[in-house]
Amino acid sequence: MNAKTRIVVIGATSAIAEHCCRLWVERGPVDLTLVARDATRTERIATDLRVRGPASTVTVMTADFVDAKDIARVAKATTDAGAVDIVLIAHGAMPKQELCADIDFCRETLEINAVSPALFAEAFAGHFATANHGTIAIIGSVAGDRGRKVNYTYGASKGLIERYAQGLDHRFAGSGVSVVLLKPGPTDTPMAAEHKAKGRKLASAEQVARTIVQGIDRRKFVVYAPPLWQLIMLIVRHLPRFIFNRLSL
Amino acid sequence: MRPVSSWGRLSAAPHDVVELADRERIGDALAAHQPGVAYGMGRSYGDECLNPNGVLWNTAGLDRLISFDPATGRLVCEAGVVLRDIQRLMIPRGWSLPVVPGTQIVTVGGAIANDVHGKNHHGAGTFGDHVHTLRLVRTDGTVMGCGPDHQPDWFAATVGGLGLTGVIAQAELQLRPSPGPWLEAETVPYTGLDAFFRLSDEAPADWEHTVSWIDCTSGADVRGLFLRANPTALSPGRPWRSRARAMPVVPPISLVNGLTLRSLNRAYYALGTRHPGKRLVHYEPFLYPLDGIQHWNRLYGPKGFYQYQCVVPPGPGPQAVRDMLESIQRAGEGSVLAVLKTFGDRPPPGLLSFVAPGITLALDFQNRPGALRLFERLDAIVRQAGGRIYPAKDARMPREMFEAGYPRLGEFLPFRDPGISSAMSRRLMGS
Repeated sequence: MNAKTRIVVIGATSAIAEHCCRLWVERGPVDLTLVARDATRTERIATDLRVRGPASTVTVMTADFVDAKDIARVAKATTDAGAVDIVLIAHGAMPKQELCADIDFCRETLEINAVSPALFAEAFAGHFATANHGTIAIIGSVAGDRGRKVNYTYGASKGLIERYAQGLDHRFAGSGVSVVLLKPGPTDTPMAAEHKAKGRKLASAEQVARTIVQGIDRRKFVVYAPPLWQLIMLIVRHLPRFIFNRLSL
Repeated sequence: MRPVSSWGRLSAAPHDVVELADRERIGDALAAHQPGVAYGMGRSYGDECLNPNGVLWNTAGLDRLISFDPATGRLVCEAGVVLRDIQRLMIPRGWSLPVVPGTQIVTVGGAIANDVHGKNHHGAGTFGDHVHTLRLVRTDGTVMGCGPDHQPDWFAATVGGLGLTGVIAQAELQLRPSPGPWLEAETVPYTGLDAFFRLSDEAPADWEHTVSWIDCTSGADVRGLFLRANPTALSPGRPWRSRARAMPVVPPISLVNGLTLRSLNRAYYALGTRHPGKRLVHYEPFLYPLDGIQHWNRLYGPKGFYQYQCVVPPGPGPQAVRDMLESIQRAGEGSVLAVLKTFGDRPPPGLLSFVAPGITLALDFQNRPGALRLFERLDAIVRQAGGRIYPAKDARMPREMFEAGYPRLGEFLPFRDPGISSAMSRRLMGS
């Protein structure tokens, strides 16, 4: 048996995922598999993690995130190599809403933010069900809580993830498999350059990662990061439509 | 464009912030967006890291470690790595940065570009003394390595070079063995500058870290606390927990003002004398006392504040310090954070490094006209004594003062990158 916790990170070049990995390797030896599209960038992150946690094992795997066969291959290859304790599905892209007026681009956005993470979750769910072990952690977003004009293509994708995670959580209730849905608010990452340009104060990727890692430890189903967003989104979700539609949230 | 401030919060002009995140593609980003200047954690107090209405290259995303050799203690990392992260990672593994400034929330690139010093200057020199090599990316796309043994002229220009010779992309640092996170520290209350100089003269042989806090309201017959510490393998047997607090809002007026100054200083003195004798202190509160209050710079209110830090040579130094303290007391300006320290004789590695043998005095002042008038008097004392002002802290020194304080400026200028310009470089060098 392998004593190190085995973690597979899908979309390892995302700033939040990278900070989660830092927290994991810094608190003890883990066996990490970083899955991403760009080998050079991922290798650079792997090198950093190896310096931070010399006792950890860090391997890199590249994949085509919108190819169902490749998604199945990643899930099979990583679980065949030994029991996976956690899969963190973290990839995504938040384009300006205007760009989604190009229908082809809109499709790509939906594929990468909604279809791809759902397929990864489904692929790992199959292996975890057989093993009756593992945590499926998926990064959703507060944007998935209610459709808004500023980012509804992205928000709808994250909404799909929420329903998918809910279904999985229902499926695995009472089993050895757990599902964690993480909902960060706007975070200080390259993806959020828009928010920064407006001078908004954003949570740091490190701060969000800390909440996520803790949420995964506790196997809570829904984790808002920072936790204050739970309250904010409770209000946003419940605003009556006639008020909501007059606001430019 | 978004508003960016430096630590003194004197301005919040819009900047075109370009994120550098890929160390292999810095040159492309610089070529596409210039002139600009690199911005790390924004901890320099004045206009060194600012370029109002222009480009800032944010290095926060360049925060990856590249290699560490536990046999030699050499760490290679990107320039945006924050010193705190190196310390927190490496001290448990028996290594630490040899030189750290009074805040650990600064980047490696910033520490090099300001050739920062710490409380152990007399023994350890400056940050630049522990850099083996660094990689510089120029705005014309040139990438070059330099170090004390390789392209030493470029190295001397870049260490302490205010970010003006190119963007520092990564560096190889020499760490040194560390016995652990605890320090054996002692606080010695004293009265009078003579007592300060006596304590400073005794200390280097026995103490690794020395610094003194002074009550700036007490004038030339100064009252202070001499703080000294040595690293130790001892431990109090309990884990240390950071009890960092934050200043949550910017108060409408400076909380440090004429009404509170005297009592704040008294309170600080009283707190400091509570624990006489030696005791074990964790390195974080000892070396970085202000990091315990996040956003403490907000205390000075919406107008922000200045820091005045100068160094005066040993001969005329004591008299100059006396004169400055008297002027400060007379003006009724000052802060709770006045620091006095003697530097060792080791010459610093950079052409524009601030550190010089002698005595350094640092104080914060809330931004108001009285402080600016006081600075002119302090400038005169510093110039008379042959001293200089620390650019990392400065937002206002006259160009002549800079030229007089940094006689090697002429040697430095040919190494400037024509695509780099900051508010400070325009103020002090004309471009």
